[in-house]
Amino acid sequence: MGFIRRLNDIPREEYFAPGHAFCAGCGITSIIRMVLKAYEGPKIIVNATGCMEVASTLYPRTAWKVPWIHSAFENAAATAAGIEAAFKILNRKYGYNKKVHVIAFGGDGGTFDIGIQALSGALERGHNFTYICYDNEAYMNTGIQRSGATPMGAATTTSPAGRVIPGKPQGKKDLVFIAAFHKIPYVATLNPAFMQDMYNKLVKASQIEGPKFLHYYTPCPTGWRFDTSHSIKIARLAVQTRFFPLYEIERGKLRITVDIKKPKPLEEYLKLQGRFRHLLDPKNKHIVDALKEEIERNWQRLKMLSQLDFIY
Amino acid sequence: MADDLKTWRELPVAMIVDQPGNTVEVETGTWRALRPVLDPSKCIKCLICWVYCPDLAIERLEDDSVKINYYYCKGCGICAEECPTKAIQMVEEGV
Amino acid sequence: MEVKVERQIRTGLNGDEAVAYAAYHADVDVIAAYPITPQTIIVERLSEFVHDGLLDAEFIPVESEHSALSAVVGAAASGVRTFTATASQGLALMYEILYIASSLRLPIVMALADRALSALINIHCSHDDAYAARDSGWIEFFAENVQEAYDLVIAAFRVAEDKNISFPAIVNLDGFILSHSIEPLYIYEGQDVVREFLPRREPIVKLDPDKPVTIGALALQNYYIELKRAQAEAFEATPPYIRKILREYSEFSGRKYDFIKKYMIDDADIGFLVLGSTAGTMRHVVRKWREKGRKVGLISLTLYRPFPVDDLRDAVKGLKKLVIMDRSYSFGSPYAQLYMDVAATLYDEPEKPDLINVIYGLGGRDFNEYTAEEMWEKINRPGVKKIWVGVRGD
Repeated sequence: MGFIRRLNDIPREEYFAPGHAFCAGCGITSIIRMVLKAYEGPKIIVNATGCMEVASTLYPRTAWKVPWIHSAFENAAATAAGIEAAFKILNRKYGYNKKVHVIAFGGDGGTFDIGIQALSGALERGHNFTYICYDNEAYMNTGIQRSGATPMGAATTTSPAGRVIPGKPQGKKDLVFIAAFHKIPYVATLNPAFMQDMYNKLVKASQIEGPKFLHYYTPCPTGWRFDTSHSIKIARLAVQTRFFPLYEIERGKLRITVDIKKPKPLEEYLKLQGRFRHLLDPKNKHIVDALKEEIERNWQRLKMLSQLDFIY
Repeated sequence: MADDLKTWRELPVAMIVDQPGNTVEVETGTWRALRPVLDPSKCIKCLICWVYCPDLAIERLEDDSVKINYYYCKGCGICAEECPTKAIQMVEEGV
Repeated sequence: MEVKVERQIRTGLNGDEAVAYAAYHADVDVIAAYPITPQTIIVERLSEFVHDGLLDAEFIPVESEHSALSAVVGAAASGVRTFTATASQGLALMYEILYIASSLRLPIVMALADRALSALINIHCSHDDAYAARDSGWIEFFAENVQEAYDLVIAAFRVAEDKNISFPAIVNLDGFILSHSIEPLYIYEGQDVVREFLPRREPIVKLDPDKPVTIGALALQNYYIELKRAQAEAFEATPPYIRKILREYSEFSGRKYDFIKKYMIDDADIGFLVLGSTAGTMRHVVRKWREKGRKVGLISLTLYRPFPVDDLRDAVKGLKKLVIMDRSYSFGSPYAQLYMDVAATLYDEPEKPDLINVIYGLGGRDFNEYTAEEMWEKINRPGVKKIWVGVRGD
């Protein structure tokens, strides 16, 4: 129970059932299973509309063995805020006397884009809850449309690799920092390929009072166009190329939790995925260079900030 | 999955699903094109396949050895790809 | 009916304050609301009650109306008593969640300080917002005055939370005309009095870690229509329970409440049908017109959804003409919203009055004795079916 040193320490009990409808090779169930294990005791899950919701709760069935609610696309954080408030009242006024974890899940569309207002409000108000963004870097549930989380150059159905505009022209929004600078007690990035790091961050988050924001990188074979068996391999490369750095900010102190001293070439990451294939064409080298520059600047920024006693 | 479709009179109030985890009855193994085959003699009980299987199709046994549940396995191949001792091989379904 | 004043206080409040006192006296548990004129005073007063320790509730000062209703959806799904309030654009922003709250059978109570929808932006009364919610599966009440606004909020909690009902409820009060007008009214001495009428909520379904359920799943072609059929059946079954609770509340308060109110209608030739505060104006007008020998009468709806079909069919019997007054407009529809409900209600009746639709008062345009006289002149023109009153150019 609690923190783990190896995978065998992860509890056996499952709170999420098989028979769900996630695509083969999807990375989303890893975060579901691990959250439900790492957050000990009573918990309530709030789910924004998206892949997680539709693949796990096709009426009259549900894969969830814990209380779960879905209301709409953009309001998971607000719904969670109401649940948190209700359990405060149940404890204070009606003697319920149980600590209940309130955990909201939203995809990148539901978090970076349409749900950012409700998320910001809930973080600012200081509700004691966890918001987890499972980021597959596009609107996968509606058929792979670009979002504020889609990386530069990636092809989606609304940022296709066209002859004039090859993929998404804009870079990715830094939602972790946007969340962090609500001055909340804990934010962290999570990647399934680094399971011990991820699991222990979940345990830590579960023990912190106040709003927690966790950003989970979830590989998507359908939307990113890669072989289903490569899910974890790609997730690992995302960290090893510094494309998706693993760090946490605890009460304003930033710490890189998986240091990548010698990053692998970005091309190793790009070439496995159909969404980036056009970038390997020499005429698109400038986009790869821009991506590399963005990755380098981000890494240097994290390194510098990790030297400080606190960043907020 | 042979669900008996219920009439509106038989549904639980408030549109809830009141049987937690009842997807367990749904066979998703029919999605599979490739089939993972485990060689138990090579298994080092590291649980990587158990952790990463998106379909909860790897059963974790008492001693942390594992067993593949083909009722759920969609054949993604993550287990074979990630297995450090190559104890799992993907073979074509039906061959 | 006996007026039970012993545990009630005679005081003066505006409609918003009265609503806030009602939610306070109902011992509400979670409030989420966002400021919007003319509802703002409600959330200001409730914040004061909470910050001064008078009301033990969680007040969530959300960042939008969408989040206000979403938060109370979450809270109501957790089993506690919930309240929100809004108007106009705020209701429009909540629109998506209205349907969800009803589908999930969450007994949220909302006060709606009725206000015109933009554009152009306006802060005064129309019933656009009240009508916008009409198809969403919320019970809707209309208050005629500040006393009714107070009483109906308390009654609405009992109605919404009743195990045979369990649907959300809106209490409409006309923006500014009621929300900002101070009127004398009776309020209860406090929560202890109201608790005798309104005990703690017992949810029919809730998020409970000891008994997990999935709320708000995905339903496709094989189940959505059955789920809606069941919801429709449940909603249509509510009127007898609502009636029973309004009767109980009448006993409790000493003030009579039912689905509709009638004034001088029984022997009238021409009836007027209204919603909200205009009932007060029209009662005065009807009395004056009776003195002039005009055989007129008034019907006003306290319950707007579910539509009080039987009560209305009964009330219009013997009328030659029924003038249906809409404080809104339905673009592209044959008539405005209330008219269409009434027309559908009366269509199958063997004998029914001629119907006339009057559009009036949009954006707070005053409706008074003079406008009423203009209306009288216009409805007596031959062949009139739909008219606007109080508008320059007509």
